[in-house]
Parts: sequence; C-alpha cells; structure tokens
Amino acid sequence: MSYLEYTVKTVPTGIRKLLYLNWPLILLLAAVSGVGFMMLFSVAGGSFSPWAEPQMKRFGMALVLMLIVAMTPIWFWRSISGFAYVGTIVLLILVEVMGSVGMGAQRWIDLGFMRLQPSELMKITLVMALAAYYDWLAPERTSRPLWIALPVIAILLPTALVLRQPDLGTSILLVTGGGIVMFMAGVHWGYFAAVIGMIGGLVTAVFQSRGTTWQLLKDYQYRRIDTFLDPSSDPLGAGYHITQSKIALGSGGWTGRGFMQGTQSRLNFLPEKHTDFIFTTLAEEFGFLGGISLLGLYGLIILFCIAAALVNRDRFSSLLILGITTTFFLFFAVNMSMVMGMAPVVGVPLPLVSYGGSAMLVLMVAFGLVQSAHVHRPR
Amino acid sequence: MRRPGQDNAESHRRLSRRALLLGGAQIVFMSMLGLRMRYLQVDQADQFRLLAEENRINIRLLPPARGEIFDRNGVPIAVNEPSYRITMVREDAGDVEQVISQLSSLVDLDEVTLNRARAEMKRSAPFLPVTLADHISWEEMSRIAVNAPSLPGITPEVGLSRQYPIRGDFAHVVGYVGPVSDYDLSKIEDPDQLLRIPRFQIGKVGVESKLEDNLRGKAGAKRVEVNSVGRVMRELDRREGQQGADLQLTLDQSLQSYIQARLGEESAAAVVIDCQNGDILSLNSSPSFDPNLFVTGISVADYRDLTENNYRPLAAKSVQGTYPPGSTFKMVTALAALEEGIITPEDTVWCPGHLEVSNRRFHCWKRAGHGHVDLEEALRESCDVYFYDVALKLGIDKLSAVADRLGLGHKFDLPLSGIARGLNPTREWKERVRGQAWVVGDTVNASIGQGNVLASPLQLAVMTARLASGKDITPRLVKSVDGIETPHPEAQSLGFNANNLQKIRRAMFTVSNHRRGTAYGSRIIEDAYRMAGKTGTSQVRNITAAERARGVTKNEDLPWERRDHALFVNFAPYDNPRIAVAVVVEHGGGGSTAAAPIARDITLQALHGGMPPLDAYPTKDRKRIEEQQKRLRAVIPDRDGNRGGDRA
Repeated sequence: MSYLEYTVKTVPTGIRKLLYLNWPLILLLAAVSGVGFMMLFSVAGGSFSPWAEPQMKRFGMALVLMLIVAMTPIWFWRSISGFAYVGTIVLLILVEVMGSVGMGAQRWIDLGFMRLQPSELMKITLVMALAAYYDWLAPERTSRPLWIALPVIAILLPTALVLRQPDLGTSILLVTGGGIVMFMAGVHWGYFAAVIGMIGGLVTAVFQSRGTTWQLLKDYQYRRIDTFLDPSSDPLGAGYHITQSKIALGSGGWTGRGFMQGTQSRLNFLPEKHTDFIFTTLAEEFGFLGGISLLGLYGLIILFCIAAALVNRDRFSSLLILGITTTFFLFFAVNMSMVMGMAPVVGVPLPLVSYGGSAMLVLMVAFGLVQSAHVHRPR
Repeated sequence: MRRPGQDNAESHRRLSRRALLLGGAQIVFMSMLGLRMRYLQVDQADQFRLLAEENRINIRLLPPARGEIFDRNGVPIAVNEPSYRITMVREDAGDVEQVISQLSSLVDLDEVTLNRARAEMKRSAPFLPVTLADHISWEEMSRIAVNAPSLPGITPEVGLSRQYPIRGDFAHVVGYVGPVSDYDLSKIEDPDQLLRIPRFQIGKVGVESKLEDNLRGKAGAKRVEVNSVGRVMRELDRREGQQGADLQLTLDQSLQSYIQARLGEESAAAVVIDCQNGDILSLNSSPSFDPNLFVTGISVADYRDLTENNYRPLAAKSVQGTYPPGSTFKMVTALAALEEGIITPEDTVWCPGHLEVSNRRFHCWKRAGHGHVDLEEALRESCDVYFYDVALKLGIDKLSAVADRLGLGHKFDLPLSGIARGLNPTREWKERVRGQAWVVGDTVNASIGQGNVLASPLQLAVMTARLASGKDITPRLVKSVDGIETPHPEAQSLGFNANNLQKIRRAMFTVSNHRRGTAYGSRIIEDAYRMAGKTGTSQVRNITAAERARGVTKNEDLPWERRDHALFVNFAPYDNPRIAVAVVVEHGGGGSTAAAPIARDITLQALHGGMPPLDAYPTKDRKRIEEQQKRLRAVIPDRDGNRGGDRA
C-alpha cells in the first residue's frame, strides 16, 4: 500500500493540519461563492431573501463540512470509496422507486433538513471508486480489456440510472468525468479513440431513431437539441431560454449595466435566472470584464488543483484530485457553453454560484477530499 | 510493497503527462469560452443591447381627445362625454366571484359582458384589467366609489365617448362615430396605430368620417418598462398627444332643429343657404335617427328598423337624394332664353293645354290651357307649354349651359358622405350613357325639369341662391377648423344680364305674392320677409295616353311611392335676398300644397331668427300656424338638447 511509504513524521497531525491546507484554493472557492451571493442578491431585486441568505448559510455549513473532510486522513476516504459508490447506487435506485417528483424528473430524496440529490453525490463517489480501483490495480493491467470492463460498468450503471430520471446533464458529466479518470490512470489511447468513434455513431443513431419506435431520447430532449442548433426557430417556445440568455449576455457589453441594473434578469426575461442561467445576470451586470474574471477564478481553481495532483506522489490522491477537478471543470464549462449558446440546454448549474444546496454541499465535500489528499500527501 | 517503486514511478510519470495534457485541454476550452464571451459581449454588444431594449420597453398609445363639433353660434353638436366603465384586476380581487356578486348588488351587470370577462380572465395575465361593465352612469359610478373598500381589485375607469346632445337633428350632416371595425382597417392604407386601440372610435359617415383626420388628433405615447409577461414596472417617459381639432359648422342649430321638427315624419329634405356667401345654414333630411345608437354599436333590431323603413331614415336626402326638379327648373329655361335673346319678357306664347312636337303631344299641367302667357305669367302660373315653346327655339345646348352655370350637375366639395352629382343632361351625355342621339322631345321634357334632369335639394338651393345673387355661390359647411376660418372664395358674378335676372326674380316674387301665383297660399305678408319662390311638382311615373283620356288619377288616390314629389325653392327677403331655401317632400303631392307651406315656415324662422310673429302670416292661416308653433315648441330641442317636453 502506497501510503505505507509515507514518512509518517512528515504528515501533519491534529490541529496543525490546518496550516497545511491548500489555503489559496479555499480563498478561491470563497471568492467564487461570494460572486454567487452577490448575484443571488441582485436577481432577487436587491434582497437577501429568498436566495442569497440560504445560500450563504449553506456555504457556511459546507465550509465546515469541507474542513472536517479535509482533516480526515485520505486513506480513510480511500478505504470507504467502494462503500460510498455502492451506497450512492442504492440511493439512486431509491429515488427511482420512491423519490418525490420535481421539475418533471425524480431527482432527490427529502432528508427533512435538505433535499439530497444522489446524482450529485454520484459524481464524487464514482471518481473516488475509480481512483481507488486504479490505485489497487497493478499498472501493467490497466489496459487489459478485462480490467477495463469493470470500471466501464461502474461508470455506465449510475449513468443509466441518472439517464432514467432523466438528467442528461449529469449523465454527460458522469461519463466524461469517469472517462477522464480512466485516461489519467493510463488506459491505452486506443480505447478512447474507439469510444469517441462509437459516440459519434451513437449520436447518429440518436438522430436516426427520432420518431421511430426505438426512439432513444425523450421528446423534450430532442427539442432542446433542436433549439440549440437553431434557437431562432422557436423564439417564444423552447428557443426562448437560449435567445433571451444571449440577449442578456450580449447587452452587457464591456463593463455591463452595473450591479443590480441588469434589465433582462430583473424583468424576468431570463429563465431560471437564479440557477442554471445565473451567469447571464453576472455577464449582463458586469459585462465582459465580470464574465472573464469569473472564468479566471475558475481557471485558477483548476490550476491549483492540477498542481496539487502533480505534486502528490500518491496515486489514489492524484487520480481523485484530477477526477474532482475534471468534474468541476465540466460543471462550469457545460454551463457556460449552454448559456452562451455553444451547447444545448442540459440543466447543469454553475458550480458554487447557482442557487442550490446539494450541488454546493457535494462540491465542497469534493474539495474537502482534495484538501485531505493535499494535507496527507506523502512527503 | 505490492509493486516495485520503478513501476510506481513510471505510472506516476504517465499520470503527470496526462494530467498536464488534461490541464492544457481545459485551458484551451476556457480560452474558447472567453473568446465566445468576447464575441457576444463586445463584438455583438450593440445588436444585443438593442434587442434587450426591445424586450424591455413597450410603447403604450395615449388616445387623444376627439375634436368637438359646434354650430355657427357655438352650440355643441358632437361632444366627448366621460364614459365610465368598471374593470377588475384578478390578482387584486382575490375571490373573483364574490367581488362580482358584491358589485352586482350595486350596479346592474350584464350577464353577457360578465361571461366574456370571466373567459378573458382565464386567458390573460392576472394583473391585466378586465372590463366588467361599460357605459355605466355617473350615479352607479359614485355608488362604486363609495363602496370601494369592500370591492378589492375593482377600478372605475373614465374614458371619453362621443355624444350627440341634439340627437337626430344633425345625424345626416355630422354622421356618427363607432368602434373601429376590421372593414374600416381594410380600407385604410397604413392605418394609424391608434386605430388598434380597443374601443377606439372612428368617424363612420358624414362630417365625422370625412374630416376624420382633423377630428382625430395625434396619439400621445408613454414608454413603459415591462417584464417578460408584460406587467408594467414603471413609466419611463410620456409624450402627450395632440387633441383633435374642433370644428365649427355653418349650420344654425336652432334653425336646423326647427326644420327637423317642421318636416316631422314626412320623407323630406330641406336646405337653407346664405345666398350671399354660400354658408349652409341648415341641411335637413327626414325622418332622422339617433346617432348615439351607433356610437357603442347599434342593436340588430334597431338597425333593422332603420333599414327596413320605406322613408329611408339613414339617407341624407338633402345631398344624396336626386329628384326631377320639375317646375323649379323653369327659371333656368327662362333665364337661358332671355340671355340668348330668344324671347323678351313681353313676348307671349299661346297655351292651349298642350303642344305637338314631332307627332307627340306634350301636355300642360292645366288641361284647359293658360291662353296667352308672357314670361312672368308663365312662371307665376307654371305654364308648361310656354317653356316647351321657348326651349324648342333655345335648344338643349344653351339650356344645359345655363343650368351648368347655376350649379346643376355639379358635385360640391363638402365633407359629407355620398353627395349626389345629379344630372344636367346634354347631347354628349345621352350618347355616351344611353348610346342614343338626343331628340327634340328630350329638350321639351328638360325645359320643365322632367325627363333626364335630376337635382339634389342642395343643388336646388344653390341654384336659387345664384339666381337671387347673380353670383357663383358655392356652398360651405365648415366655418372654422381649430378656430381658423375656413377659406372660402368670394362669390364672383356669373355674368348674367342683371335685367334678365331681375325679370326672373320678379316673376318668382309673383309666384308667392300674386293672387294667381301657384304659391299664393303660402305668401308672407310681413314686408321685410317677403319671399320669391317657385313651386315644383315632379312626376315619378309615366302618365299614359289612356290614363290622360280617362282623367289623370289624383295623387291622393295613388299609393305613396307613386305620388309626385313636391318641391319648392325660394329666396327671401325679395328686395334684399339673404337666404335661399329648397324643400323637397318625397311623394308629397303638389309643390304648392306640400312643399311651399314648409318653405314659408322655414324662411320666416330663418329670417326672424326664431318663431316668427303670427302677423307675418295671412290672417286666415294664423290660427292654424299658432297651433303648429305650439306643437313644434314642445318637440324642438334647445341648445343643450333638452326638448320642450323634457322641461315640463
């Protein structure tokens, strides 16, 4: 076990661990979340309710949770990876059976104090399970078909469950995130080339199946694709979101209309302005400079994480950090592409900025894992 | 140690390579996002900002107040009255049905309107007002205002609606307004945005329609910021509209109302014009209708009553109706002959009761004949044969030329609907329209205003005014627009010989002042008001030779629609003409019995400026006239539209 190589003396213990946290990363996360509070305050018309205040409380809770996770040794997290994965699968099946219906999709379990979205949790536990798997697997076996089949099944099982909910955005994140971890672990190029080729074939099949008895996606998912390809075809219907989002964004100009001066969001032209489309409000009110700054913050988070992965000599830790980073990256990349009309509307929130408890909590726990890996890295 | 350090090191190198690759890919993708952001926010910013403004700003039109219409003395004829309606905003009302039932205990609510309102509420956004009742009275309005606290979501709204206080008397001149219809819109090229405002009223006929552009005014606008569902968030700015121009007509309300009452239920038309400047003092058509019925949309039953009436109340007979002028045309024939030197006033014609022209016998109305008649006698007693004889010598070309100079066959430029051109027949006209050559019989018929000649009461009044003044009087209806006097050219001399005109006028004077005159029964004995006129009785049927042999059927024995039209034209006072009058009573029988008495009453009323003293009438008529004046006083509206009966 690689952690046996740790020079136990050099691993900080107790409260001293706090000093060894990756503080720049924590500050970046707080900064991004701060942008989120500001935007939620703005879209509520200059009010802490109904969004900014709960979001701040959740961030406080999530920050504490992150620190707890960070202080817990990484080897503990590795040892429970398998259980976490299986547990999340069970939860996914549970929502399938008894989850409450919301937004036309069964996505959460009501825990009383918060709604837990197992699909959010899945993004992390899948990465943990895969990292643990490749940490355990002998490197020379990595590219053997038999040893590839297992992680592929581990990825596809939750993906299928999430797709059934149906949640296209999360399934894309799961497949891509899982795939990247496999790639990082050293699986041969050829497999990825083959898969990408197959995806190309699948996309063709998806379009071909439309209107036939074996139609692969729901009608609304096809409509989203249609409107992505040509938003102006239905400006008041399904294309409304993208068109209005682009209008709001574009009308921001260089420096924006000013804080709380965004007319498009304040007048409700923007759909889901506090969740998936919150970036448009930011871009409208703070313009290109505001938008590029947030993108810069995200970029810095990614850089700090990748650096943390590179300096970490522990295989599990590196894979975990890279997997989490990729998931985080996919979150904002998909969301921004979506609001800027570069991708179909798939319902992915802007990480740490969009209003929503589950996503915030899960992401902070994930960064807790990154911190734990960083603190407990072999030196 | 499960695996050798070497392996570990190598797999870690591979991981690092791939991690750097991943990081690189992510940075590339983020750069793409940044470029896209730049494209949308910097390169395309102007376009999107414009779209955003379009999204956000809504322009609401503010309808202008329509110009009002007054008579020559400032009496209001068409005004804007506040019109009250009740609207409800669903989101403020809470329990809609409860509020409605509360409301119905205060005012009468129409179930049809209510059901429409309920349906509208289901469809429209909760913050949009829905009309529950329209055109409610001031009393009902105040009851709602008092109870406002118990009526959440109910708002009384005030708009302006057209009202015609004098009701029917000006209906044919002023016309009426009504809600804009799809038909109206289809007729107008590039319609004003105003017309799309629900309930906006537009002139449908008459002055209201013809001077719509003056009366309508310019729309104001307010720019409001709206949210995505159209709720108004705030008003950004407001530009007041321009009120429509007020009109002053040349009509005199007291005269117009008097004449309308005097014509009563006859199917008749009367025109009074100032024979010095052409101002139309009254322009009546009877029976009339209440234009207020049309303002909010007339009921099917009311409309059917108007359209199925034989007396055609909707027709403006004084300008739209054309009639054979009959003997009132004889002045034209006489003047043309005098001007051409074909006759002198003293020349006589022998009237045996008929005249043979190319094997056809043309009869005089007096079977026994008039014997030897000169010009004055011929006009006074309306001898037909005299004019046949004169016209045969004169020829149609010269006759129609004079008729043209007197305004017959002219369509005067007045802001009225469906003005008739009438017909002043010529050789050219007959060949073009009928495809036949003019024959001498046509000239004979035309000489006494029969055959093809057609004139509207307005044209007859203009003709009379031109005879009275010798000038090219053209009628004027609009005195001023927005306080600016309507330009009207000074009347110029028509170039007729003054002596000839005077002979005609003298003869017309004898018509109503000589014992043998056809209108002697309708004479005025007050010297200051004495009138000169001419009766006319125009046939609307052919009298066959067989009927003539049997004896012509008396008018009273004919069905109404086959009786003769009764006409009378006159000017007064004789020695200093101020007004010209034309009266046509459709199928009224004889001009001297049906039209002349009305014309006399109108003349006196117009010259006296009110009910004339009984001394103006011959003694034997006074008792009858006194009763008639009493009867009329009770029904004539005053300047506020109150009828004598209302005041009791």
